[in-house]
Amino acid sequence: MTTSTLFEKLWQAHLVEADGEGLPAVIYIDLHLVHEVTSPQAFSLLGERGLRVRQPQRTLATLDHSTPTTPAHADGSRDYLDAATEQQVNALVRNCADFGVTLHGYDSPDRGIVHVMAPELGATQPGMTIVCGDSHTSTHGAFGALAFGIGSTEVGHVLATQCLLQHKPKTMAVNVRGRLPRGVSAKDLALHIAGQVGVAGGTGHVIEFCGDAIRALTMEERMTLCNMSIEMGARAGLIAPDATTIEWLRGRKMVPQGAAFEAAAKRWLGFRSDAGARFDREVLIDAGQVKATVSWGTDPGKVVAIDASLPALSPGNARAFEYMRLRPEAPIAGEHVDVVFVGSCTNSRINDLRDAAELLRGRRIAAHVRMLVVPGSERIKREAEAEGLDRVFRAAGAEWREPGCSMCLGMNGDIAKPGELVVSTSNRNFEGRQGQGVRTVLASPATAAASALAGVVADPRAWQRTEVAA
Amino acid sequence: MSGIARIRSRSVALPIANIDTDQIIPARFLTTTTRAGLGRHAFQDWRWLPDGSPNPEFVLNRPEHAGAAVLIAGDNFGCGSSREHAPWALLDAGIQAVISTAIADIFRNNALKNGLLAIVVTPSEHASLLAAAGETLTIDLQQQRIEREGHAPIDFRVDPFARQCLLDGVDQLGYLLARQVSIARFEEARA
Repeated sequence: MTTSTLFEKLWQAHLVEADGEGLPAVIYIDLHLVHEVTSPQAFSLLGERGLRVRQPQRTLATLDHSTPTTPAHADGSRDYLDAATEQQVNALVRNCADFGVTLHGYDSPDRGIVHVMAPELGATQPGMTIVCGDSHTSTHGAFGALAFGIGSTEVGHVLATQCLLQHKPKTMAVNVRGRLPRGVSAKDLALHIAGQVGVAGGTGHVIEFCGDAIRALTMEERMTLCNMSIEMGARAGLIAPDATTIEWLRGRKMVPQGAAFEAAAKRWLGFRSDAGARFDREVLIDAGQVKATVSWGTDPGKVVAIDASLPALSPGNARAFEYMRLRPEAPIAGEHVDVVFVGSCTNSRINDLRDAAELLRGRRIAAHVRMLVVPGSERIKREAEAEGLDRVFRAAGAEWREPGCSMCLGMNGDIAKPGELVVSTSNRNFEGRQGQGVRTVLASPATAAASALAGVVADPRAWQRTEVAA
Repeated sequence: MSGIARIRSRSVALPIANIDTDQIIPARFLTTTTRAGLGRHAFQDWRWLPDGSPNPEFVLNRPEHAGAAVLIAGDNFGCGSSREHAPWALLDAGIQAVISTAIADIFRNNALKNGLLAIVVTPSEHASLLAAAGETLTIDLQQQRIEREGHAPIDFRVDPFARQCLLDGVDQLGYLLARQVSIARFEEARA
């Protein structure tokens, strides 16, 4: 009997036409997520050619990248960065109306960052193919869906045909054995793996994360990890669905209900790699060795444990040291912090906000630090407010904002000033990502909160409270 | 789209590793709803000083490289965001081919759909191209060969389907639209 990987099963289940002599495969797309930044040119293409959206019910749109994170005024107007961002948002509203696509806009209680919203709705389901004009579509792989980012031309292809032309990628297993130490989060693990694999290590591959440490992760943690697959160069990250996945999805708005859910769950659990299935590449990670980890350079593969020293100067890292104004072989902890950002499709879910609030409760952030906390969706915002987390953040001196991508890429104007250092729970530390000349240190929500309190890059363990014995 | 068969141009070297799409086109220029006019912002923060004047240090601003259409980039070009604005900006800035030892998946896909050649060569070929930066190259897409004066030619491979589309000057949507029968059959079988 032949054995197959999870990826292979997903691929086979969506083959409209197999690849052939010089021809790519035609792959069916179950769910197409759309946002305002990468879709206008695609809708224009349809308009120019007189095409319609083939499957509007498989297409789901939201507003997240260009939206202000300050509240709307009483008259409904919003403080857009400029006319262009407002026009871009309006263009998506108009395109969705014209083409019959469901939009979770400002009036929707479900609006959120596209990769936060779709799983919350249960639109993201195991066994699906999911695409979006956004590289962090890899997030949805946490559910055992083949999910990857595409460009605007391909957004047009999927709108018009519900299909994509694809060459079969290679497979890579990242086997994470053992247990993560207490207080070490999925973000620390993701940064650690990015450091091990490198930012191009996954190029041409789909990664499947497996091993007992992965099975022990919650769905939110799995999303954080799969989200960062693209930072390892991989098109997609995958985690096989299990009981954790099924229970997380049960009862959500867009999943089947009742007996139909049980039937779906049974089918979903079949999407797993067979024992002995072969991968093109395998990487072994010892979870017990992972520490709180932050990035120090200008790509997400340049990472360091929070209590370790930076590497020695080399031709490969000199440019990063210069941009980041850090000293080789010095510790990263203690570096002066100007801004702290908790948010993004990587770390804006309720558990992330709880992790940060846990350290901030009853304390004040350093006087010189500006801290933004941006929930990933309207739903998370409501949930956090019901738990009183907003009050914890505000009392600590942080700003509590409206949902959106915000300072992860700064399109909406949420940016830092040139030269400032931002400890950020987002996914990219590229030069200028959070504003021209801004220096980004990627971190977990706990490390971000600890750094806000200390006013310098700080080890979260120093601020974690003593556990009360159960 | 007209067919692309040959590119003849001087090369210009930008030997920085991991040039991400935020460097190629920063997010603040993604608010456009069209594809046009992004060339001015290609490599914005490297190319322009804060006062808006050209950065004389940046290689693409040097007069001797004006008009160079072949970019020899460092390892792992185009990583990061899926923004197709990156190849749009490069093409609008006059770049017609990017050559590196590795090119990120989404960028390469986007580039080939827009007629920007994304070419992967071996590390030794890359080193030779970098050493001879400024030379006049001919990239022959039909033969999948980079012809050089005074150096051995370099053979490369691009996705055969994308190559044929570029040679014929047709886009890939036409091919997909012609698969409607298969797509409908697939949808019916799953319904």
